[in-house]
Amino acid sequence: MNESAERLLKAWRTPKGWRYWSAVNNSKIGLWYTITAFGFLLFGGLLALVMRIQLAFPENDFLTADQYNQVFTMHGSVMMFLFAVPILEAISILLLPEMMGARDLPFPRLSAYGFWAFLIGGVFVCGSLFFGAGPRGGWFMYPPMTTQYQTGVGADIWLLGLSFIEIASIAAAVELIVGVLKCRPPGMRLNLIPLYAWYILVVAVMILFAFPPLIAGDLLMELERALDWPFFDASRGGDPMLWQHLFWIFGHPEVYIVFLPSIALVAMIVPTFARTPMVGYGWIVLAAVGTGFLSFGLWVHHMFTTGLPGITIGIFSAASQAVAIPTGIQIFCFIATLLVGRVTRSVCLLFVLAGLATFIIGGLTGVMVAIAPFDYQAHDTYFIVGHLHYVLVGGTIFPIVAGFYYFYPLITGKQLSERLGTIAFWLMMIGFNVSFFPMHITGMIGMPRRVYTYPAGMGFDNLNLISSVGAFVLAGGFVVFLWDLLRPKGGQPTAPRNVWNAGTLEWLAEVPDQPWGVRSIPIVESRYPLWDQENFVRDVDEGNFYLPDAEEGLRETLVTSTVEATPIQCLRVPGPTFLPMWAAAFTGGVFIFGTFHWYIMAGVSGVLAFFTILAWLWTGTAIIPEKTEKNVGLGLTLPTYVSGPAAVGWWAMFITMLGDMTAFMSLVFGYFFYWTVHEDFPPKDVEGPGVLWPLVSVFCALAAWGLMLLSRKLNSRKNGSLFYVSTLTSVLMTFAAAGALIAGPWLHNMDPTEHVYQASVCVLVLWTVIHLALGAVMQLYAVARRAAGKMTHRFNADIVNVTLYWHFMMLTAGITGLTIALFPLVS
Amino acid sequence: MKIKLWWLTFSPLCWAGHFLASYLTTAIYCAKFASPEGDALPVRIAVAVFTIVALSLITFFGVRSLRLHRRGDATLPHDDDTVDDEQRFLGFAALLLAILSGIATLYTALVFVLMETCH
Repeated sequence: MNESAERLLKAWRTPKGWRYWSAVNNSKIGLWYTITAFGFLLFGGLLALVMRIQLAFPENDFLTADQYNQVFTMHGSVMMFLFAVPILEAISILLLPEMMGARDLPFPRLSAYGFWAFLIGGVFVCGSLFFGAGPRGGWFMYPPMTTQYQTGVGADIWLLGLSFIEIASIAAAVELIVGVLKCRPPGMRLNLIPLYAWYILVVAVMILFAFPPLIAGDLLMELERALDWPFFDASRGGDPMLWQHLFWIFGHPEVYIVFLPSIALVAMIVPTFARTPMVGYGWIVLAAVGTGFLSFGLWVHHMFTTGLPGITIGIFSAASQAVAIPTGIQIFCFIATLLVGRVTRSVCLLFVLAGLATFIIGGLTGVMVAIAPFDYQAHDTYFIVGHLHYVLVGGTIFPIVAGFYYFYPLITGKQLSERLGTIAFWLMMIGFNVSFFPMHITGMIGMPRRVYTYPAGMGFDNLNLISSVGAFVLAGGFVVFLWDLLRPKGGQPTAPRNVWNAGTLEWLAEVPDQPWGVRSIPIVESRYPLWDQENFVRDVDEGNFYLPDAEEGLRETLVTSTVEATPIQCLRVPGPTFLPMWAAAFTGGVFIFGTFHWYIMAGVSGVLAFFTILAWLWTGTAIIPEKTEKNVGLGLTLPTYVSGPAAVGWWAMFITMLGDMTAFMSLVFGYFFYWTVHEDFPPKDVEGPGVLWPLVSVFCALAAWGLMLLSRKLNSRKNGSLFYVSTLTSVLMTFAAAGALIAGPWLHNMDPTEHVYQASVCVLVLWTVIHLALGAVMQLYAVARRAAGKMTHRFNADIVNVTLYWHFMMLTAGITGLTIALFPLVS
Repeated sequence: MKIKLWWLTFSPLCWAGHFLASYLTTAIYCAKFASPEGDALPVRIAVAVFTIVALSLITFFGVRSLRLHRRGDATLPHDDDTVDDEQRFLGFAALLLAILSGIATLYTALVFVLMETCH
């Protein structure tokens, strides 16, 4: 190993001993994430077996009704929130940088934070089951059952524990979007990026718009449970339907959020085993983007039986049919690729084919239930259980198992056994179909979902027994698969490099893999550079491309432009630290202590989280470099510090705030939703927040925003005094805006527990005031950075990003003020 | 003109706008203003207008994408590292998305052709 390689290795070396857990590199975080998510899959699978034992015979008493309720709730919640979504983030964090020849994703510490948050939240939620305190409301938690009829902490554990994990998912989404758009290798234009990256880009954007409505819903329900604000209580003007809307605006895109990344794995595997480039690359991009959009127009098809107007049902039924078009197109592309290629046999491909076949059956029953009259019959029966498992196991689990077989040698250097894989495949394939196909019939003859038992002689007995037997055969397949993963492989020869002879960049990985990702960041000229570019691997290995060295001993990767992938920055990425772990532990404390109403502990934890995150930002972000430019190799010199839209930090703030605005708009939607369902909203005999104070608040927020624009400008002066004056005045205006906003409901004695109108106003005020407080913290942070010399007239990323936050802050404050002040006048 | 990534989203956004406008108009009209018989004529007229606007925009983006796709000499399957390949690919993907968005918009509009009342 030459000197430059040694320096590079030293910069990227994984810490040893107990410090190993301070690692933030994508290869470690991605691995831990994958293992944890897989662990939750096994836990969720065990819960399924427990259910199948209970249902194997009529009037069985293996579980009580209450235990069964907890088990099925947890099975759904674990599979969706702790396995299906996290595994996509895990695999993407692990492999996306490799597929793009990047050294790491742009925010490794954010990935680490997301992982620790996921682990803590997941263990907390699952642990509740062992204390008999698990949630019992189904994975959809419908009120009023979960607000008025369930007293324990189960629903709170679900709401707070999973909200915490949803935040981690949004963090991962931010990381992945910026990763795909800005961290591609030079030359990898949009027409050349791996299909996996296209899918992940679409999915991450979907997460950004799908999860916030659920977070808003969680907030409303927790406010009702903890503080008695009656959002879903019909006797005080609330409406449980709002929850259903918010849940399914999340819940339906969620299905595609878990499906698309798995199909993305298929899109990587199929060309490798067909030995030919993917047929219809452009069509697959159409499918990914098209499905991403259309999936947001389907949510009401989960609510066909709630009494909505027929014409509304028609709109969503039509969209549910339309989404079959892009979904089908990509499957045709896969089949076409297999037909034109020279297919080689492998267990990976067996699972891919099983996945496609199973998913097609689930898709067809999906088209059936998208037709409202059929859905009226099938709703809440075992037909739906059959349908959704065909979709999710075919669309998600089988492709992920294929992905395990495919990528295992890349991660561990050893191959899984084809023989054991074949056995596992047949057990899973037969077990799955024996278990789930009969459920369609059980449902058609009338067995409802979510019942802990059934009387004998109704025609359900044999079908249920068959399903239970099938479930154990399926589990047997998983046991074989698990054994294959875990069995000692010391005596087995190391897999050759690029064992499948694939064409994409992740297969550059050496065996055993080095922590640097790639020896040098290549110039890419093809969709399958390992197949098409001459001497490609040799040039990468010899360090003939970019950043083959780490002269300053820092971790570095390239940032490129969005469309053409032209290099624009040498990005320094942060190294190992325990800060994200502590930040996640303390943030977790807020949610966990909050669940049990231990508010002092929650408050202390919140303060600790606040200061940990502050320390993390202060020491690890927008660091002024020792030199402004750097030679990255091949005669190219790039800046080491950029701000504004060219910077990854700016994009992260922009994307995060898009998600934040989505959550806010969900709350605003709630306000107007109540208007549509009530004869008079706001109620005539109830006093509102008035016009004066909300408008004063809007004016103050406008002033604070204007001053922030001025501050950004003034910061470019060498003398910072006017910058300080402007920013500190803006802080005062921020406080004034918050005070005036509170004054409205406060001075008019609005009691949020009295009626949903007051509660809707107060929740908008609460949301906005919290954001104003955050805005003030950011303003003071910018002042402190400048005072400490960590931000200067030239190195201005902090103030630019804070101002970006303030654009969104202004929108939030404006919409809140105008809505609560003026809407009562026109309604 | 050079196509940016945003261009791909314009047609689907037209579908989304049409979808949301149709849904919200219907939901509000049927909940607040419809007669007990639920005659949906005003909504049907409104959706007809939305559909004309949305389809016109989608057609514009589709035709423009087709023109951009036709520009340049890059050959199929547009997998080379050149500006022409990149732009022809983006034009093609945007055209396909326009067609899909147009079909999905017509699907929504069809509901209002077939249904005469809210119920």
